[in-house]
Parts: sequence; structure tokens; C-alpha cells
Amino acid sequence: MSLSGSVSRIWAVWLKELIQMRRDRLTFGMMLGIPIIQLILFGYAINSDPKHLPTAVYLGEQTPIVRSILQGLENSGYYDIVVQTSDPTEGQSLLSSGKVAFVISIPAGFTERLVRGDRPQILIEADASDPAASSNAVGRARAIIGGSLKRELSGTLGYLAPTPEPYDLVIHAEYNPEGITQYNIVPGLLGVILTMTLVMITSIAMTRESERGTMENLLAMPARPLEVMIGKITPYVMVGAVQTSVILLAARILFHVPFEGEFWLLLVGVAVFVVANLALGFTFSTIAKTQMQAMQLTFFFFLPSMLLSGFMFPFRGMPDWAQNVGSILPLTHFLRLVRGVMLKGGAFSDVQAPIFAMGTFAIVVSMIAMLRYRRTLD
Amino acid sequence: MKTEFAIDVRNLVKRFGDKVAVNGVSIQMPYGQVWGFLGPNGSGKTTTIRMICGLLNTTEGEGTCLGFDIAKDSRDIKIRTGYMTQRFSFWGDLTIRENLEFVARLYQLPKMKAKVDETLENLGLSHRQHQVADALSGGWKQRLALAAVTMHKPELLLLDEPTAGVDPQARRDFWDEIHRLSSNGMTVLVSTHYMDEAERCDRIAYLANGVMVTKGTVGDIIDKSGLITFTAEGDQIREFATHLKDEPGIEHVAYFGSALHVSGMNREHLEAALKAKARDGVTWKEVRPSLEDSFIALMKSSGADTRAHQ
Repeated sequence: MSLSGSVSRIWAVWLKELIQMRRDRLTFGMMLGIPIIQLILFGYAINSDPKHLPTAVYLGEQTPIVRSILQGLENSGYYDIVVQTSDPTEGQSLLSSGKVAFVISIPAGFTERLVRGDRPQILIEADASDPAASSNAVGRARAIIGGSLKRELSGTLGYLAPTPEPYDLVIHAEYNPEGITQYNIVPGLLGVILTMTLVMITSIAMTRESERGTMENLLAMPARPLEVMIGKITPYVMVGAVQTSVILLAARILFHVPFEGEFWLLLVGVAVFVVANLALGFTFSTIAKTQMQAMQLTFFFFLPSMLLSGFMFPFRGMPDWAQNVGSILPLTHFLRLVRGVMLKGGAFSDVQAPIFAMGTFAIVVSMIAMLRYRRTLD
Repeated sequence: MKTEFAIDVRNLVKRFGDKVAVNGVSIQMPYGQVWGFLGPNGSGKTTTIRMICGLLNTTEGEGTCLGFDIAKDSRDIKIRTGYMTQRFSFWGDLTIRENLEFVARLYQLPKMKAKVDETLENLGLSHRQHQVADALSGGWKQRLALAAVTMHKPELLLLDEPTAGVDPQARRDFWDEIHRLSSNGMTVLVSTHYMDEAERCDRIAYLANGVMVTKGTVGDIIDKSGLITFTAEGDQIREFATHLKDEPGIEHVAYFGSALHVSGMNREHLEAALKAKARDGVTWKEVRPSLEDSFIALMKSSGADTRAHQ
């Protein structure tokens, strides 16, 4: 069979899908509306460096030094002192009821013992049931308090001031020096949104034909499996392109995410990623018997994509086996690519590995789809 | 590669799990004829048609369709046949025109637009071409489907109960179209439940329980049935029928209009039974059994079928 025949049949399926997609207004609207809503919702909502955490303080005494420490904690932005108490038990109940995230206890006689050089204790009790919420604040406590004391302990008390470490530690937070969460989240959301919408929409590509009874007709006509697949997923490549444009524009205008790298490089990566997801959705639709099953498969895939790809939790924090599982997912590689290009300004040589990985994924799942494609009604 | 027969299949068997849907069906159908495929629901008609056009793999058996192996060359068969499914299976959310255009593109018909225009014109649907197919009535849907599956001028047309649930006028139009296509050289295999449609076919094949029970012309099938039929006419024929039903020697009793057809296999027994039941006001006359009489007898002897329709 000639190539022009294939092109003609792909064109036939392509047009049919495009018309059906346009006519299903609700789905079409969701495909374009979901990215905008999710981007705004998550882009503004998610913050991996929480500040202004409610804090209770138990004070055994009120002295200038103690007040200076409290002031320092508040000025850091991490601690909002909402309760001051002289009852040592009240802090515990506030912590266990969740009204505060920290209880800071400064015992009576703190100042006196400090001046004597007794190394008195300050106790910070943190609600570590959610470690991510408290860890940054706790990690900075030593430096904050040290800074307050340094200003306070001058003159004759200068000998008590914290001595500097015998070395100088220089830290450069590259690519996102201010640690702005959105710079990380917004490019990641591009991948999450593309994964969810595109896998879902193509996962019903064949099951819908079966459920509507049109599969028999399609099979009775001389369209080859690969022609049907290409014809059915290419209209959604365009949808993916629109979604990508919307998200990238919003990243720029709403969140001021920097774009360091080459635009064409990002487009190549996005194109490979979009095709990988569409091919996977099509594969699901050749496995599932109903649209309902296709949706369930999509969610089975979506959850690990969110959790194991490095979007929600640090990829390097996972054990090796989980990293191996995560390495199968296209989203893992897409996150490396999009961060690499947008934030790090990486060149092709820096991101060819993720592009290659996503391309391999697309080819492998396409082959599975072709093996699974029903050529008969058996 | 022109073969003697348009359809030449031998001993087709299809099993779904441990259910046997088709059990050893052979068909040798010459080119250019119109064949009727009859049998009760679930007798294996649809399954057989699907095996012939490559939509189902055969469990056993082999054969050719238009000279192509049904097991290996299903693609070649699909290009040269038109298959109209029992249920309307075109795209309800596409317009009439879009459905036809889709088919025309898939088969790479030259001058696609003109071809679609012509098809719409012949159908008489030009003024409704931009309505979605779901908006059509049952009869129109079937005519659209027939037009769509014949647009690429297939050599063989397979129609699976195309007139089920269609009104008489639409049925007549539909069959006029089938005969027009046939006179242009198309070979047509059509399954149906309607006797008047069966009588319009060159040959009839009767399936029951997945087995070909009989085949031949209308005359052959009536002769082969060996039935003797009397008609009764007169007053209160309806009430009279109930007395005849379980009489020994009487195979079956059926209404034809206002007359009663009483049939049996054995002349002696049948006449004895009728004599015993004779009454005033009812006149008897021996007639040639109709096709329907033959089928009712066939259905009785092969047993009612309780399987779900495939």
C-alpha cells in the first residue's frame, strides 16, 4: 500500500477526531480551562518555604535580652508569636490542639545564667507531624537567635557573644537564589497538567468507539492500526500546544518565572513529552474495555507521576528502587528538561538525556498499543 | 485473481469460550447474485458474516472471499467489500455529509467532494446534509449506512438485517436500491427475518443453532421441506385454530391474512386429522406451502434457539 494512501487515511481519521473534539464542547472547554484554573490555583497556593507560623512563647522572665530574642524570631518572618504565657503547661495543650506550630520556652533565670556563662537552654518544641512545614523555621532558629544575641551582647558583655566559626562557609543558591517556590512549581505544573489532560483524553479514544458501537464500522474499513493511532492523537498535539502556550504566558506574566534557555529547545522537549503522553493514553484505550476503565488506568498512572517524579517531593530523597520507578515516568524527565531549560539555561547537550528518555517511552508504549490494538471483534 | 465464487468458505466454526456460535457452515456463492441469509435470532448469521469479511477470526474452517483468504487477507477483503452492521454504526455526532466524507477519504475515492454530493443527491438528503446523523429516523439511518458502505463500489455487499425496525415503504425503497446495485454487478448477501424479502433473493440459506439447515431457491426449499399444506377459510376461523393446534398429524397452524394454513409432513395423517375436525362454514383447499410454512416447520424441527444474540 502506498504512502499517499496512508496519509489519506490518517487525514480522514484526523478530521473526524477534530470535528468530534470540537463538537464535544464540555470536554473541549475543560481541556483549555483546566490548565488556567489549575495554574492560578496551584501557582499561588503552593509554597514549599512556609512562613508566619503561629508560635506560643512561655516566658519565665521578662528581660531586654529575652525581648530581643523574641523580636529577632518575629523579624525573621518564620515565627508569628500569637500567645505569650507564663503557664508552662499551656504551651503543650496549644501544640497538641494544633493552634500553634511551635512552643518556645525561655525559663526563669535565663538572662542571669547567660551572663554567668552557664550556657542556659532555650527549648523549641515543634509540631513535626508535617516535617516540611516546620523544618525551615527550625533550621533557621539557631542563626536567628545567635544574631539577636550578637547585637545585645556588646560592650562589657562582648565576651559572651557567639564566636564566629573558624571557617567561612559560602553558599550560592544557583538558578533560584531567592528560593521562590513558583519558579519551581509553575514549570512543573506545565508537565502535570499536560500529563493529566492528554493521557485522559486519548485513553477514551478507542473505548469510546467500542461503547458507541462504531468500532465495528471502523474495523470493517481499511484503516491500519498505526493510521488510526496517528489520526487520533495528532489533534490533541495541537491541544497540548495551546495548553503549553497558555501556561508559559502565565508563567511569564503572572509569576515572572525567568526563561534562561533556548525557546526552541523547550518546544522540542514539550513536543516529545506531549507525544509520549498521548501515546500512553492511546495504549490505555487499547487495554481498557470501557471508558470507565480507561479513566481508572489514567488515575493509576497519574498518582505516581505526581508523587514519584520529583514534582511534589525531592526525587533524590527517594530510595533507589523508587527512583528507578520514577525514571520510567515521562514527567520525571520533563521536569528535568523544563527546569534545565527555563531556570538553568541549559543547552541541548544538558537536556538530551531527558528528551531521549521521553522519546524512548513514546516508542515503547506505541509498540504496546500496536500489539494490543483490536484488529477484529474477537 | 478471479475465483469461481464470490464467497467460498468451508466448515466455518466459531466458538466464544465454550459456546459454539457457528458450527461447520459452508457457503459457495457465485458472483452477481443476491442471497438471503435466514434463521432465528442467535442462529449465527451475524457471526458468519463477520468471519467472511474478516471482522472475526475463525476457530476452524477456511475459505476465500472475492478470491482472498479470509484468515490472511482481511485487508484486501475489506477494501473490496461493503459491510453494513446490524446496529447503525456511523458516527452520530458527525453530520451526514461528514460521515460520507470520512468514508470517501478512508477509501481514497477520487473527486471526493463530487462523489459525496452525488451520493447525497441520490439519497435525497442534500438539504439535510449538515444535520448530525443521530437526528435521522431509523429508516433514513439505514439508507445513509447503505449509501456509505457502497460509495467505494464494493464487489461484495454484506448486509446484516438492514431493514430491522424500518417501515414498509422504507423497506421497499431499500430493496429497490439493493436490486439496482445487484443489476450493476454487485454480489449481495443479506440477512433478514422478513419472508417477502427472502422471496426477493436468488438463493436462501437457512441457519439454525449455528448449522446450515437448508439452502436453495425459494422453490427448492419449499419442495425440500416435504410439507403438505391446506388452507381453511370461513367463519370463526380464529376459534377453530385452537382446536387444530395439538392434533396428531398436524405439524403447525399459521394465519395468512384471514386464512389459516394447516401443514403436515404426512398426507394420510393430515387428511385424517382435518376430516375429524371438519365443520360447517369452513372450506378446505390444498395449496403449495409458502416459504413461511417451510420456515416454521424448519424452526420447529431444529428447535427454538435461546442463545443471546451475538
